[in-house]
Amino acid sequence: MSEPGKLAYKIKIGVLAMQGDFDAHCKTVEDAGGYPFLVRTPQEIVSADGLILPGGESTTIGKLLVRYGLDKALKEAHSSGTPVYGTCAGMILLAKRIESGAERGGQTTLGLMDITVARNAFGRQVDSFESDILVPEIDEKEPFRAVFIRAPIITEAGPSVNILGCVQDKIVVARQGNLLVSAFHPELTNDGRMHRYFLNEIVRPSLTER
Amino acid sequence: MEQTIENTRLTNGYSNSNGNSNGEKTDSMTPEKATWRNKVGLAEMLKGGVIMDVVNAEQARIAEEAGATAVMALERVPADIRKDGGVARMSDPAMIREIMDTVTIPVMAKCRIGHIAEARILEAIRDSKGDRGVDFIDESEVLTPADEQYHLYKHDYKVPFVCGCRDLGEALRRIGEGAAMIRTKGEAGTGNVVEAVRHMRTVMGGVRRIRTMDEAELMTEAKNLGAPYDLVRYVWQNGKLPVPNFSAGGVATPADAALMMMLGAEAVFVGSGIFKSGDPAERAKRMVDAVTFWNDPEKLVEVSTNLGEPMVGIDIRQLDEKDLLATRGW
Repeated sequence: MSEPGKLAYKIKIGVLAMQGDFDAHCKTVEDAGGYPFLVRTPQEIVSADGLILPGGESTTIGKLLVRYGLDKALKEAHSSGTPVYGTCAGMILLAKRIESGAERGGQTTLGLMDITVARNAFGRQVDSFESDILVPEIDEKEPFRAVFIRAPIITEAGPSVNILGCVQDKIVVARQGNLLVSAFHPELTNDGRMHRYFLNEIVRPSLTER
Repeated sequence: MEQTIENTRLTNGYSNSNGNSNGEKTDSMTPEKATWRNKVGLAEMLKGGVIMDVVNAEQARIAEEAGATAVMALERVPADIRKDGGVARMSDPAMIREIMDTVTIPVMAKCRIGHIAEARILEAIRDSKGDRGVDFIDESEVLTPADEQYHLYKHDYKVPFVCGCRDLGEALRRIGEGAAMIRTKGEAGTGNVVEAVRHMRTVMGGVRRIRTMDEAELMTEAKNLGAPYDLVRYVWQNGKLPVPNFSAGGVATPADAALMMMLGAEAVFVGSGIFKSGDPAERAKRMVDAVTFWNDPEKLVEVSTNLGEPMVGIDIRQLDEKDLLATRGW
């Protein structure tokens, strides 16, 4: 909320819209005080202060990124300092390494974050679940009601990766510099805390550095 | 008032958070499986994508490679069901399992309307890793109904369900029974989009009508639609269905797919349209492109150009009443 008479700069968040729950992300970004817009072309990526890779099917989104030349544009945006937040499929896309369980169907990744990810780590859809998880970096007291859908986990994290949250002793929230990932979907529970953290603690500080 | 997925499960007697289906209190750190949010959540993940009918592992691979968000495993595509006649049933678990082992995207399968046993079988199938269940069950009018009076009570299952509808009342009845995704029926296996358009127009028109109503009119509207009152109220408050609304039945070209998105579909099912066409791999890819770029006419020119033969279409008016699939279900 901006003070009366003072216009606050609204952070522009590009939400990748190949496929997936990008609308839910846009709504959550708006609630968190940002200005969301959909990204489908390399040109649209350039104008974003921060980027979100939504939930969806990682195989599909990965293939479309390559087909439309967005993979290069996303890597360039990251190397020029644009923060990126990935949920679920988005987390898989940001990972450097995919667990060898991915023998079926090639998974394209952008290879930006020093983590190894196992896909569908809890099983198929009937094993999708929700659970409370605490992410002290974001909120020390109030846990997130985390919705996991055919969710991945992080099985290995490099030394520069900050582990922010776990469920059943498995890493599901992490940050490395201006990359943030969560295996669950805060955008599906009208919980704006993760997005506010991304906007205020990662994207906003990065604006002055760029 | 904006509603989350959580409080859309209004017609069900129990709450989802911190309690299992028996109403026992569970610890909030204990994972709670197959919640309403999990079910609708998977439908959310499939938005903006194309779900393709496949009859074997080879086709499933082509679909995944083309960018399908999910595949529907079935023994015969609707065009062949229409041609062959006879009773159409759930597919052999062996072929469904083979497809589950072939692709990493979600696998859906169809059961007959009201066929409790087929639904339980699809829920219990294991892939070669030992993981259980197809990812979505389509209680589908494309198969021959097993029960002409009652649909499944879908809240009872761990697997989420998708059901077809022709109008808003039918959509809300299915959601009331526990469908976590709705698809307008269209007329499957015809390659003719006219019924898909009719059904999507009818559903979206119904939603727009309710939005403009006075609160006092909602109960009568619920009575006229034959729909649960609390779901009619949800539509009135939110201006949309409580679950994602996809399109199906007769989509044969990239332009058809884009049309359905323009009319309000949130994703598209393509049945016979891909593997009954001249170049399935290329058509599958172009369908995916059309759904991602449905709002970009220049891109649509590109994906529609030099695509070769679409499937042969059928004029709906030439079909006998008994040959219509969309009239199954109630």
